[in-house]
Amino acid sequence: MTQEYNVVVGMEVHAQLLTNTKMFCRCSADYQGAPPNTHTCPVCLGLPGALPVSNRAAVEATIRTGLALNCEIAETAVFARKNYHYPDLPKGYQISQYELPLCRNGWVEIELPDGSVKRIRIHRAHLEEDTGKNTHAGLHTLVDLNRAGMPLLEVVTEADIASADEAYAFLTKLRSVLRYLGVNSGNMEEGALRCEPNISVRTPEQAARGELGAKVEVKNLNSLRAVRNAIAYEAERQAGVLNAGGVIEQVNMGWDEDRQRTVLQRSKESSEDYRYFPEPDLPPLVVDRQWVEETARTLPELPDAKEQRYRQDWSLRPADTGAITGEKAVADYFEAAVAAYGQEDGKPQRMANWITDELFRLLYADGEGQDLRQIAATRVQPQQLAALVQMVDARKINANTGKKVLELMYGSGDDPQTVVKREGLAMVSNTDVIDAAVQEAFDSNPDELARYRSGEKKLFGFFMGQMMRATKGKADPQAARQRLQEMLDG
Amino acid sequence: MGSQNSTKHLTSLGVAEASAGLAAGRFTSVDLTKAFLERIERLDGALHAFLRTTPAEALEAASGADRARADGDSRPLLGIPLAIKDVLMTSGIETTAGSRILEGFVPPYSATAVNKLKAAGTIVLGKTNTDEFAMGSSTENSGYGPTRNPWDLERVPGGSSGGSAAAVAADEAPAALGTDTGGSVRQPAAFCGIVGLKPSYGRVSRYGLIAYGSSLDQIGPITKSVADAALLLEAVAGVDPYDSTTMPVDVPDFSAALTGEISGMRIGIPHEYFVEGIQPEVEAAVRASIEQFASLGAETVPIHLPNTELALPVYYLVVTAEASANLARFDGIRFGLSVDGDTVFDHFRQTRGAGFGSEVKRRIMLGTYALSAGYYDAYYLKAQQVRTLIKQDFDNAFTDVDVILSPTSPTTAFRIGEKVDDPLAMILTDIFTTSANLAGLCGISIPCGFDDGGLPIGLQLLGPSLGEEKILRAAHAYEQSTEWRLRRPEL
Ligand SMILES: [Zn+2]
Repeated sequence: MTQEYNVVVGMEVHAQLLTNTKMFCRCSADYQGAPPNTHTCPVCLGLPGALPVSNRAAVEATIRTGLALNCEIAETAVFARKNYHYPDLPKGYQISQYELPLCRNGWVEIELPDGSVKRIRIHRAHLEEDTGKNTHAGLHTLVDLNRAGMPLLEVVTEADIASADEAYAFLTKLRSVLRYLGVNSGNMEEGALRCEPNISVRTPEQAARGELGAKVEVKNLNSLRAVRNAIAYEAERQAGVLNAGGVIEQVNMGWDEDRQRTVLQRSKESSEDYRYFPEPDLPPLVVDRQWVEETARTLPELPDAKEQRYRQDWSLRPADTGAITGEKAVADYFEAAVAAYGQEDGKPQRMANWITDELFRLLYADGEGQDLRQIAATRVQPQQLAALVQMVDARKINANTGKKVLELMYGSGDDPQTVVKREGLAMVSNTDVIDAAVQEAFDSNPDELARYRSGEKKLFGFFMGQMMRATKGKADPQAARQRLQEMLDG
Repeated sequence: MGSQNSTKHLTSLGVAEASAGLAAGRFTSVDLTKAFLERIERLDGALHAFLRTTPAEALEAASGADRARADGDSRPLLGIPLAIKDVLMTSGIETTAGSRILEGFVPPYSATAVNKLKAAGTIVLGKTNTDEFAMGSSTENSGYGPTRNPWDLERVPGGSSGGSAAAVAADEAPAALGTDTGGSVRQPAAFCGIVGLKPSYGRVSRYGLIAYGSSLDQIGPITKSVADAALLLEAVAGVDPYDSTTMPVDVPDFSAALTGEISGMRIGIPHEYFVEGIQPEVEAAVRASIEQFASLGAETVPIHLPNTELALPVYYLVVTAEASANLARFDGIRFGLSVDGDTVFDHFRQTRGAGFGSEVKRRIMLGTYALSAGYYDAYYLKAQQVRTLIKQDFDNAFTDVDVILSPTSPTTAFRIGEKVDDPLAMILTDIFTTSANLAGLCGISIPCGFDDGGLPIGLQLLGPSLGEEKILRAAHAYEQSTEWRLRRPEL
């Protein structure tokens, strides 16, 4: 008889802030693809005598994020030195924040499968500098310090996450918020967003007593899916160990993407003493309340607020609001399209359908893959999509033709009117033309006509198809259906 | 003979005098620079004030300065040669901080203070010896051998800016830059019979100063006169976008503060600074100076600084804690000495083990201990709290007095080797100077007499943060009313 276990997950997320320059020097932050150690200076190389000077834009990005995550913003934050030796850490200490972080006590809401909303509490969010990168080359290790000193936001949650799916939902929401704020690219593959969950399991009895199991921290997670899979795997592994009578050790594990399993990492010394102390080279960061208020005023509308507005004002279906608000680029596109199309009579929902069904399909099919932010670069302007849907509404083309027109617009960037005219796709509702097409269908299929007339009414669809083929799909389905019925019965 | 005399004459000049001579066309910057380089050549084998000189660059810069002067440039420091303590980064010139771990290290950039002096037209003669990473009070901790005191070659010049002080006292340079973390400009100035100024914390940029105690370090001039100290301070002071701890205030005309007029100035005499253990001649000389100040019209006021005896322990916890982190970057990965090891951590161990001297290792260990989990509250945190109390003592005192007067050091220069095996005794030489660093004050040491052995004695004037004009005015008035500065070591 196997015991059931509850999963308890807390997360540490590191997000590289999208600033023009590094955190404590004025080296360009745009180092991707640059030759090693070319984006460096005495400060980020940790040369003797060099001193840090804070990047105000990074501080502001952290305040923005803190506000968006419903955190308290400190009146005074203090940078601290975190001491440890490693080749990719030029000064032998990392400038971080310890006792007095910029942001504390926030929360993020995620939606559970049953539609209910759960709050994941944010313990703290602070600002620090990134390390360089070690590359192992044979017997040697090469150090590239282009990344050293990049501004890094660290977000630490409480252990409120109770499953791999919740972790996935949390990270998705956090990434979405960071992108809305424009503070982080959200790119996990390139390491611009890094997530280290700590995972433990406990019996419901232990949970009732407030006890926690031993925590295992998992690193090297390069995608949202990897985070979900790693947590699911690790939770199951731990339950298996416990059920087999074993004990869980507090260790660091790495995620092996190929084998889809966690593996023990031995690299880190256990319970290292970082000897934090306030950074004497930087005066305490006094955060002016006016600055915070101003920053709060200039926050963009965030995904949660958007979702609520879409549902309340436009009666959008919950399933669609998430799909649209997840990426700011999609929401922006949607809103521009609705502005051109109209807000009345369920129009926003119709537009949402066109975007999430048709435009997404084209985006996904495109070489760029899964990244819906590509919507901002699509050749179909929101106004053009609105015009297309209006043509369908006005029955100038039918819905199926509309999809085809969209595909052609997607390739060419042409207006729907141009495409329809060029391809001769305008809908046919002229009774003479439709009558002729029906007659043609009858003439070509006398047997079927006879069977229908002798009572085999399900052949109606067959004739509808024949008739549409005769008009190359351009017939107004409503008019066609009506005439077909009349002529079959007539 | 004539040439030797005029050379001798040139090297005895201070900054202001040399500047006047250059302006009047009595000699050129090349003459001046050559004279100092020759004197260094002649004397420094015995003194070892310099770790290295840069004659070619200096002479080239000097002829550049002469050309600029011919074109009408008349900036006061144009063409003045200077010595620079080796903890200051000098682009293209080897900089070691007196440590073997940086042997051969040629920096790609210069300290802000060095750049400012360069921009003012000065010339670098070379880099002066220092206790390794400025950790010491005698310059005996240098990885390259000790510097000797020009007044008595068997004695230390003080430290850690002992090379700079010895160079100026021996007429090897008209002035020098030193650094002061707990007295390292003032104490060697006192030991060598010259002037040493520690500016208020934040007055001079620390960018390019190889950090020892980041919250304490300041760069300061070591000169032959108070007027020269004012000139050099004016050149190096000011807010620096590369140092967030510089104070955003305008640089005053410090020379204009030297009015000679101090009547009505209130000079505090701290009870706690005249303790048992002071060398009697030092106490006598300093007490005599108090009389002298009174005769110049100043009011001398007894004051109390109750937390004085805590300054030294607090200082040694704070400075070593900061140093333990500041020196972590010397890991043999990017610059300096690099000793291979079996693993990366072994590489760190081997490099640091071979590169650092024993005093540096001792202080790194002490600082690491003070910051360690379980000890942080009792040591580092407690020290910071007491530091606040020490600062409050001074804040209170300065509501009543303009400056505070004390001995700079409890003794005159001690013998080389006398205290090397007794780190605690060595530390006690800083007993009157560390408080100013802890509290961010400014301070100056000026000559106020000689002991029975003919060794110079220094008196210290402390002023509040940004109170340099007050201490310079008081120091200048006293200096001009006495003749201590005229006595020179025989070399
Ligand atoms: Zn840099």
